[in-house]
Amino acid sequence: MKMRISGKAVIFGDHVNTDVIIPSKYLTSLDPNELAKHAMEGIDPKFPEKAKAGVIIVAGRNFGCGSSREQAPIALKYAGTKCIIAESFARIFYRNAINIGLPVLEATGVSGKIEEGDMLTVILNEGKILNETKNEIIEANRLPDFILEIIRDGGLIEHLIKIMRGDRG
Amino acid sequence: MNISEKILAIASGKDHVKPGEIIEAKVDMAMVNEITGPLAIQTFKRIGLKKVWDNQRIVLVLDHQVPADSVKSAELHKIMRKFAKEQNIPFLYDIGDGGICHQIMVERGHVRPGELIVGADSHTCTYGALGAFATGIGSTEMAAVFATGKLWLKVPSTIRIHVTGGFREFVTPKDLILYIIGKIKSDGAIYKAVEFTGPTVSNMSVSGRLTLCNMAVEMGAKTGIMEPDEKALQYLKVRTNKPFRVVRSDPDAKYERTLEFNVDELEPVVACPHSVDNVKPVKEVEGIEIDQAFLGSCTNGRLEDLELAAKILKGRHVKKGVRMLITPASSEIYLQALQRGLLEIFIKSGAYVCNPTCGACFGGHMGLLAAGEVCVSSSNRNFVGRMGSPEAEIYLASPATVAASAVEGKITDPRRFLEER
Repeated sequence: MKMRISGKAVIFGDHVNTDVIIPSKYLTSLDPNELAKHAMEGIDPKFPEKAKAGVIIVAGRNFGCGSSREQAPIALKYAGTKCIIAESFARIFYRNAINIGLPVLEATGVSGKIEEGDMLTVILNEGKILNETKNEIIEANRLPDFILEIIRDGGLIEHLIKIMRGDRG
Repeated sequence: MNISEKILAIASGKDHVKPGEIIEAKVDMAMVNEITGPLAIQTFKRIGLKKVWDNQRIVLVLDHQVPADSVKSAELHKIMRKFAKEQNIPFLYDIGDGGICHQIMVERGHVRPGELIVGADSHTCTYGALGAFATGIGSTEMAAVFATGKLWLKVPSTIRIHVTGGFREFVTPKDLILYIIGKIKSDGAIYKAVEFTGPTVSNMSVSGRLTLCNMAVEMGAKTGIMEPDEKALQYLKVRTNKPFRVVRSDPDAKYERTLEFNVDELEPVVACPHSVDNVKPVKEVEGIEIDQAFLGSCTNGRLEDLELAAKILKGRHVKKGVRMLITPASSEIYLQALQRGLLEIFIKSGAYVCNPTCGACFGGHMGLLAAGEVCVSSSNRNFVGRMGSPEAEIYLASPATVAASAVEGKITDPRRFLEER
């Protein structure tokens, strides 16, 4: 996974919960592409169409609150989400996203600084967001090195396999 | 150190830990259900290891969609059973031999004080009621735990919630936790531990304590926890013979802050649509007509909850046009309810008694809502679409309020049934 990610912003509000990200009725599927078709169905059924080109979600507080269902970040990732930036995350969602190799970044005040459709570039290892449309740099909380390493390897399992092989890069 | 810090120090083999510190911790018990388990199993297989780290420390529960409501669900159940067999995991709780995972974990003695427990379900925080540090994780992380028995954790800072006073009749621990969430808000304890203390907690039954800790996640908390006392140890005595270490907070333990609540004047409350922190006194919303009343879930599906509802339902009938669903949280509770004559009271009152399952609460099966319908529920979440249609409305309440509302056909303060006696 690259440390530099670009995409257009899709905006969401506060407290976007996992039940609206992927409603329970779809949880019997283990197919990520099937889950992706219903990403954000409870709040924005047009999201999978929007996300196809590769997008960066920008949200408010407590993104991903609710259940532990990993199907939520999986649905978003396979729908085309490259990174999620929020004021804060619910902790299980935060860990789940990192573990499946979907970068998440906390940035205070971010929801007021980015508009729908703004072109963004996120530099993960610097903890910076470039809003290219507005020509602004937004500071985010830089992820700790060991988390960056998990993301660089493409997720927790890939990271674990690498460690077990004795290949610490 | 406080109880959470002490448990995390033990789990990481350190003398001392402090909030913000990142540790690698050894897991004592790991639990998955059939919604999160199959993905964890599939991911575990990708790692390429033949055996899990410890087959005596893994619990597999079928609870969300039992009995199978579709071929897809049946396939998920099959993956769980096959994995238990392959890995020789003795703790598989199959249909008829279990119930809701969190109730099973405490009831069957898989939770002990001082332990670090992870579960692939957000309400894993329930087990803090017995003095364990328990927290929810996702499926991929669980696959890594299956492989290594370890995970990384950031030591959380702790909010202490000190509760004093005595509950009035028909005011319950559920009303207290909803009231607290209404004050702290749904992200007020994000990344943090919540430790419950005070005489009200000491006087509370284990059942009520489980309800408090269960909903800690609804304010964003990593866990809800309390010191195990005589009552907790008594509860454990008949359920586990494994040794454990009772851990308590030091007198000089540090907290990020302490919030005080007194329940003397607490009234029955409800969480209104569509967030758990949208809490109002029942009185303010009395009269809203309902279509469904649901009593059950890992929050309020225990014997004490059923007994409370039975007090109101006995000799009365659920309002015509309203359906009431009752789901005991486990087979053990179901049997106790049967032996105590509660099921007879429920059936005579026109309530529909279902098998132990998470079904209605998480909108999986058995009691979904149509567009425009209103449900008063003893469960834990009232998000848009949680129990079915995104155009349905859910009011979260205590078992007493749920029963009273079922009888009246509209949201009702259960204390009205006190006056009648």
